[in-house]
Amino acid sequence: MATPPWEITRSLLAKASEETDPKYGCTPENRSFRNHLRYGVINLDKPPGPTSHEVVAWVKRIMNIERAGHGGTLEI
Amino acid sequence: MASEEAIRRIFKEFVGPIYQKPPVRSSVKREVRIRTIYSLEVLEISQNHVLFHTSCQGGTYIRKICYDIGEVLGCGAHMRELRRTRTGPFVEDRSLTTLQTLSDACSKWLKEGNEEEVRHIVRPMEDCLKFIPKIYLRDSAVDAICHGASLAVPGVVSLESDIKANDEVALFTQKGEVVALAKAAMATDDILNFDHGIAAKSERVLMSPGTYPRMWQTRKTENDKG
Repeated sequence: MATPPWEITRSLLAKASEETDPKYGCTPENRSFRNHLRYGVINLDKPPGPTSHEVVAWVKRIMNIERAGHGGTLEI
Repeated sequence: MASEEAIRRIFKEFVGPIYQKPPVRSSVKREVRIRTIYSLEVLEISQNHVLFHTSCQGGTYIRKICYDIGEVLGCGAHMRELRRTRTGPFVEDRSLTTLQTLSDACSKWLKEGNEEEVRHIVRPMEDCLKFIPKIYLRDSAVDAICHGASLAVPGVVSLESDIKANDEVALFTQKGEVVALAKAAMATDDILNFDHGIAAKSERVLMSPGTYPRMWQTRKTENDKG
């Protein structure tokens, strides 16, 4: 039977050797707070009742941000 | 009413690939498609209520599974309640946040200037991609991808095993930042062995252009010459 995606183990294979220049970009953990929010996600426990769309609107208001969306589930 | 023995027997039949037609109220085209049920386990039966746990492929309608099991049983069935305990890499663990917790953390941030809790609740978008196979890029390939280019084989520094052509992949920098989502044009072994060709086609760019230096040349037209 098909393996669930979370049970597939992959190994990392090298093709070339090259270092990355610390001048550009940064590791996800070291983003500025602003960029952390901009490129961030929340694993939110949506209460039953309100739609995902409504909850996104609340999150935008709570966090005072202009852009947010939801993913993963459209309906049950 | 169906017997407990019949319920348990029919549940076993729904494990593996199943045909499913999305319900009337659905957000996808209503045509029969195949979805894989990895597990379907009865936890409790009480009168005409059945509590079960399932692990299934994305895009499976649980409401429809309940209905279809009822059809096979002959007595009919409907979904009463659903709790999603996992979606991709997101599970019910300490990262799962209630609106109340988020709201409290945001008060500390917006009213007291304390960003710590919000920073912890918000996770890097890379966390979404835990189970998507990854290809790591040279710095010099990153900005071209940010401008929508396809990934050519020489831009690859390393990659994960078991990628097949047409698989959904994620293009990462060597610092672990996601650059774009892409569709693999070659399998892992071909990307390793070839020295030219398109390895993956970008589908969704996530990094802002200009984050890495532009190392690519635009092709000169006749007018640019001289």
